[in-house]
Amino acid sequence: MNLLKGTAAGLAMVVGLTASAQASELSGTLKIFSDMSNPAPRAVMEKLASDFDALHPDLSVELTVIDREAYKTQIRNFLTANAPDVANWYAANRMRPYVSAGLFEDVSDLWAEPAIADNLASTKGAMTLDGKQWGVPYTYYQWGVYYREDIYDELGLEEPKDWEAFKSNCQKILDSGRKCFTIGSKFLWTAGGWFDYLNMRTNGYDFHMALTNGDVEWTDDRVKQTFANWRELIDMGAFIDNHQSYSWQEALPFMVNGEAAAYLMGNFAVAPLREAGLSDEQLDFYQFPVINPDVELAEDAPTDTFHIPSGAQNKEAAREFLRYVVSADVQTEINAGPALGQLPVNASSSVDADEMLNQGFEMLSSNSPGGIAQFFDRDAPAEMASIAMEGFQEFMVFPDNLEDVLNRLEKARQRIY
Amino acid sequence: MVDTTTPLNDGAPGWIRRNRQTLAPALFLLPGVLFFAFYVIFPIVQSFNLSFYRWDGLGEPVYVGAENYIELMDDRAFEVSMWNNLKWLLMYLLAIPAGLAIALFLNQNVVGIRLYKSLFFFPFVISQVVVGLVFSWFYDPTFGLLNQILGFFGFGTVNVLGDPNLVTYGIIVAGLWPQTAYCMILYLTGLNAVDPEQVEAARLDGAKGMKMLWYVIIPQLRPATFIAFVVTIIGALRSFDLISIMTNGGPFGSSRVLSFYMFEKALSEYGFRMGYGAAIAVVLFLIMLSFIAYFLWSMYQEEKGGR
Repeated sequence: MNLLKGTAAGLAMVVGLTASAQASELSGTLKIFSDMSNPAPRAVMEKLASDFDALHPDLSVELTVIDREAYKTQIRNFLTANAPDVANWYAANRMRPYVSAGLFEDVSDLWAEPAIADNLASTKGAMTLDGKQWGVPYTYYQWGVYYREDIYDELGLEEPKDWEAFKSNCQKILDSGRKCFTIGSKFLWTAGGWFDYLNMRTNGYDFHMALTNGDVEWTDDRVKQTFANWRELIDMGAFIDNHQSYSWQEALPFMVNGEAAAYLMGNFAVAPLREAGLSDEQLDFYQFPVINPDVELAEDAPTDTFHIPSGAQNKEAAREFLRYVVSADVQTEINAGPALGQLPVNASSSVDADEMLNQGFEMLSSNSPGGIAQFFDRDAPAEMASIAMEGFQEFMVFPDNLEDVLNRLEKARQRIY
Repeated sequence: MVDTTTPLNDGAPGWIRRNRQTLAPALFLLPGVLFFAFYVIFPIVQSFNLSFYRWDGLGEPVYVGAENYIELMDDRAFEVSMWNNLKWLLMYLLAIPAGLAIALFLNQNVVGIRLYKSLFFFPFVISQVVVGLVFSWFYDPTFGLLNQILGFFGFGTVNVLGDPNLVTYGIIVAGLWPQTAYCMILYLTGLNAVDPEQVEAARLDGAKGMKMLWYVIIPQLRPATFIAFVVTIIGALRSFDLISIMTNGGPFGSSRVLSFYMFEKALSEYGFRMGYGAAIAVVLFLIMLSFIAYFLWSMYQEEKGGR
């Protein structure tokens, strides 16, 4: 980290020079389509656009914000028909359909520039498909176990570091008449988070990536080992009942009311938990513990991104915008607590003083040697992800159906890849 | 165009003048026919065509022959959806007798009957989304009314929407609520047209109760029954919003029907298998077509008999 920061500081001047040299040349309009439609992200995006506009007097920036869910289908239309110059999307395999259809511009040249190459190394893998980079990240967030510190204190529990402690903690929580984990699997992806962690801890990051890339059979014994570990928790009754009926938000009250002690979630769950009345003394975070000591720790950290559509009109301005978004100061600003409240992608940026964000930043930068995964539904192709996550949900409700579920997934794997 | 069909125009060529009787209706029909062809027939043909391709909506479609249909054959999710569609078709028909019962009950002159009628009709007016939400709260395993009631009588909790065996029935019950109201209103209007003299005559002959209903009232309600049947069948095959709101097809896909599965495969976040979605749509279309053909045929028969 420190080494990276040193290099970055040395290069800052060079970057500053190139940026100002190009600044005067940009003209025309820069059309940005964004999916940052929730209030806080929207404000961030609007400020980004107007600041960039102010930096370049001859350039006018046109921002269109589209509802986040609607964006997921609209992007297919506007990329082909009426491409903006910059568009939001997600990293890893979620880019695949657009990359293979030739709709995203190859921006490997940006990644070759030292300002980006040195500072954004941690997310480069997530932006790379077929050996090229197709966009830049602007924010990411950690996943991990958010737990009720007061319940742990009451029962005299420590943050677990290994699987045995994880389970014995859980047993004590169950004995006290609570559930260990809340989860709402109605929309399936939350179960994908559990699978990600159990599989990465059991078989390691490389195996997990091979599996999501379709290189390993779902009926493989190593996959079965992951499910066997999962089953230990299910058989204990670790998860809340009827989780298949709840969305992730509907599962929050179980934790707020103290009926469940922890939640394996992304950092975005912190805000609603705090709003529901949990104080900093009641809420804390720990990294998912080691299961198999032979594999390195790896984490999920979904990354949101900016891309240049290949049909863009003003690619020069678009590239400059991407440089601007990932620059250290802008990253610090947009990921601060009152703005996005997430982690900056630039290693020379500073992280908000928030307790969770600091723990997450610490974990991702120094305690995730195995690698950083995106998330099950971003690492695996969409179709495989939906079939697999449905299988995970079925397994969580009826663990005895495992054999059948795995055979179904294997059949799907053979067809999809 | 208009001038040529105006009868006053004596200068029109002889052929148009001779065929005026045929041309006028044809010209009037033309806009409708064109729109129908462009917006209904053409997309149907397109869907049939698309179902023989593999296409993600972005790249070039690849011709795969009947591969999509072969895959459908042993796609378990498809099978589940088919069975669920069948359950919907059969159970949804309950709306017809239920609607009739309520209509008979409301067909009397009491103070404020209009108010009661509108209250019974209310569920049909509110959006399906609201119906879905209300019922998912009703079924909620922790605080839902259903489980409170069951708990009161000492039964255990039932998670209707989380149980793969119960979920479809749970949603159908929610759907029956507005559908019954619809059938009720159809029968209420039908009952207005019942001939009082026939009822009088039947009464003189000593008919009453069920006999009166079965032999005198129901035959006169035939047109209403027919319409109720048509809208119920079509309503059952269109059941999409309730599933989407209440379970999103879950748990693990056990409450999907064909239309929902098609949407999931072709247009949802994880979908975009246009060809496969089109193949499902074709199957659904063929099922609907057989019903529609039957309705058209029976309507035709009735018209013939009427002449």
